[in-house]
Amino acid sequence: MKRHLRPLGLALAAAGALAAPAVKAQTEEVKKGGTAIIQMKGEQRILNPALRASTGVYYITGKIIEPLIDLSYDGYVPVLATEWSSSEDGLHITLKLREGVNWHDGEPFTCDDVSFTAMNMWKELLNYSSSLQAALESVDCPDPHTAVFNYSKPMPLQLFVAAMPDLGHPVPKHLYEGTDIMQNPHNTAPVGTGPFKFVEYERGQYVIAERNDDYWRGEEYPYLDRIVWRFIEDPSAAAAAIEAGETMESGFIGISLADISRLSEDDRFDVGTKGYENNVAHSTIEFNHRNPILADLKVRQAMYHGLDIDYAIETIMRGFAKPGRGLIPSAGGVNYTDDVTTYDYDPELAKKMLDEAGYPVKDDGFRFKLRHRPAPWGEYTQLWSEYYKQAMAEIGIDVELLQNDAPGFLTGVYRDHDFDTANGWHQFRSDPAVSTTVWLRSGQPAGSPWTNQFGWQDDEVDQLIDDAASELDPAKRAEMYHELQKQSMDKLPVIFAIEHPFISVTSKKLKNHHNTPRWNSSSWYDLWIDQ
Amino acid sequence: MSFGLPPVFAYALRRLLQAVPVIILIMVATFLLLKLAPGDTVDALVGDMGGADAAYIARMRAEYGLDQPVWVQLWRYMAKLATFDLGWSFVYEQPVSVVLMDRLGTTLMLMAASLSLAFTLGIALGAIAARKAYSLTDNLISTLGLVFYATPSFFLSLLFIYLFSVKLGWLPVGGIKTIAGFYTGWDHVVDVALHLIMPTAALSLIYLSFYMRLMRATVLEVADLDFVRTARAKGAGEFRLMIHHIMRNALLPVITLLGLQFSTVLGGSVVVETIFTLPGLGQLASQSVVQRDMNTLMGIIFLCSIIVVVVNFLTDVLYARLDSRIELA
Repeated sequence: MKRHLRPLGLALAAAGALAAPAVKAQTEEVKKGGTAIIQMKGEQRILNPALRASTGVYYITGKIIEPLIDLSYDGYVPVLATEWSSSEDGLHITLKLREGVNWHDGEPFTCDDVSFTAMNMWKELLNYSSSLQAALESVDCPDPHTAVFNYSKPMPLQLFVAAMPDLGHPVPKHLYEGTDIMQNPHNTAPVGTGPFKFVEYERGQYVIAERNDDYWRGEEYPYLDRIVWRFIEDPSAAAAAIEAGETMESGFIGISLADISRLSEDDRFDVGTKGYENNVAHSTIEFNHRNPILADLKVRQAMYHGLDIDYAIETIMRGFAKPGRGLIPSAGGVNYTDDVTTYDYDPELAKKMLDEAGYPVKDDGFRFKLRHRPAPWGEYTQLWSEYYKQAMAEIGIDVELLQNDAPGFLTGVYRDHDFDTANGWHQFRSDPAVSTTVWLRSGQPAGSPWTNQFGWQDDEVDQLIDDAASELDPAKRAEMYHELQKQSMDKLPVIFAIEHPFISVTSKKLKNHHNTPRWNSSSWYDLWIDQ
Repeated sequence: MSFGLPPVFAYALRRLLQAVPVIILIMVATFLLLKLAPGDTVDALVGDMGGADAAYIARMRAEYGLDQPVWVQLWRYMAKLATFDLGWSFVYEQPVSVVLMDRLGTTLMLMAASLSLAFTLGIALGAIAARKAYSLTDNLISTLGLVFYATPSFFLSLLFIYLFSVKLGWLPVGGIKTIAGFYTGWDHVVDVALHLIMPTAALSLIYLSFYMRLMRATVLEVADLDFVRTARAKGAGEFRLMIHHIMRNALLPVITLLGLQFSTVLGGSVVVETIFTLPGLGQLASQSVVQRDMNTLMGIIFLCSIIVVVVNFLTDVLYARLDSRIELA
């Protein structure tokens, strides 16, 4: 007997409420052709989603290389896999693969491609996936369009499916087999099955992909002739480019929040968070529990009471966010609960708690000093750190900001542990077990960014994390994650202060945009330009 | 140590030999300075990816040789450099020499355009200001020079973009060519030239003010010298006097400045190329620092060191050509 999970219900509770507007544009008469020019803030350099799990990579490659399963507002949907099921013991997951699909070079897509990619890239080389697929022993191909994933310990089908949109992109075996995979030229000149074929990557400038006339969804797709991604790093220049009509979309908060706010008043643009429901992140305050002051729960709770989260959301995130409710964001769907302890803004209570914890205000006006490392991940992360410094000063904590660039931050916090507090943001990836629970799981080796490098250890939490990762019953898994989320708010190893999606500025000439919960990562086969 | 070579070649050979230890020193110092910065390529790459597990990170670090002691890394790098092998860029997954050659053309084009504009316009305006010293024209030119001198290139760049791209729509916001424009021949040349107008202006104006102010001062100084008075007494026309007597002599310190400023223009291109997304060495250098792409950054420093040595040599040769009192020995 097998467990079948297609369609897999609605994974995103929050997405459901946002789904309705997606179909509006489809009632208009589609105009075919044209070139969509998209601004990207940073260059990813490797264009192989089977080697690099990153939204920046999917932003481009999602149009060229398709995943086995994608996510829509109605739940998980078939792409290159048409059905999925699991054995009762969770040790075997079987996928039916789509027939009649060709790679862009004309070779047929088969199970051999899936098996090769899974064993050589997803298991060995792909960040996040190499942990997820650690127990993957083999992928059998009983026929060209059936793939059986064999595990040495149970793999929940729910987790497997949730991971696939990001961590399930097959690449052509015939172009990689027998080569040095990391040095393969197709890592920067991708060959996929998607609606667009790679044309050119001019480093530091742009990537071009053009229409795939042999696309499996039918000859009417895709609507566009071409997509160009332009790399514009400077936020002011990027804002000028979209304003001058040289680009049509700026995603992932690619321009300054002030410009986003200004352009939201401009009739030529759609500005908002729609299409990012699966790409939400938490803005955090991270504690180094090796500091005995911060190891005191009462101090951490007092600090939370000293933060006016609503004020920060309005002034820093311009309203495009909501208060965090622990480890798992609301995009976690059934695994999310908001039935948790919360910490209202109450500076007087915060001061009282700090007094009670044995940290009275001293002659210099402060109780103690903290060295804080802000992550350099964009404007709002910097502003959040400045607000944190001011808010802590209000309750008598002196915060010194230690500015650093990206490698400096990652080294200072996650490798050398040279900080008292830090702030950054952490992105949720469909299922808590993919890349979220590592924030609380003890025993993470030093040097792994966005993992528990905080010196915090709790046996009960560790057990919950391990059990949930291999629990086959979705309902029991959800209960475990609810409990985990409650504990993350009670024990406060990290303050998951603000939950925010990203923000896009999109020209209204683009139609059918942001119509999936991970739209910037999706294939854009139905995107068109009203010109 | 002339080995019977013509003076210019003997001079070139000696300068080359002097340059070798200088460049080695620059490379070793740069390598060690970069190693002092927190984090390495793997930290930057993993940050770009959105994270990775510890085993993956350790494997990458071992593959890139970053798990070795610093002195081992330095020795390996310098040994390769001795054979002009600039190594592999782990960020671009290409040989550094290929990455650099891709970018060199744009930077040279931008620098040549900016320096030519700054130099020719600067000396012309400086000479005019000097000949009409303390007049309204002089005051206007000098004030303009001060404004250019005091305005940072990033501000000028954004101002130009706002005015000429967003408001007037005359010029492209950035890049070196119209993407997916597929222009060829003359159309391509015009397209590239249009893309270079604003970056060239933004980069050159501050240098234009340097040349202009220096030219004005030296022309005023030279114009008072005895040989000018003698030439004028012998009946030389004012135009001939200006071109053949005053400017030729006044140009000497300006040319010295040109040679010296070559390296600072290269530095200025970092900001301008970043704002205008020009795929040049400046933009690459800025990205390489953030990415801790050691090999690429070292390659850029190496290339720039060589360029600066060559330009300084050419300046000296030019200096000797203009002033017969100077010999290359």
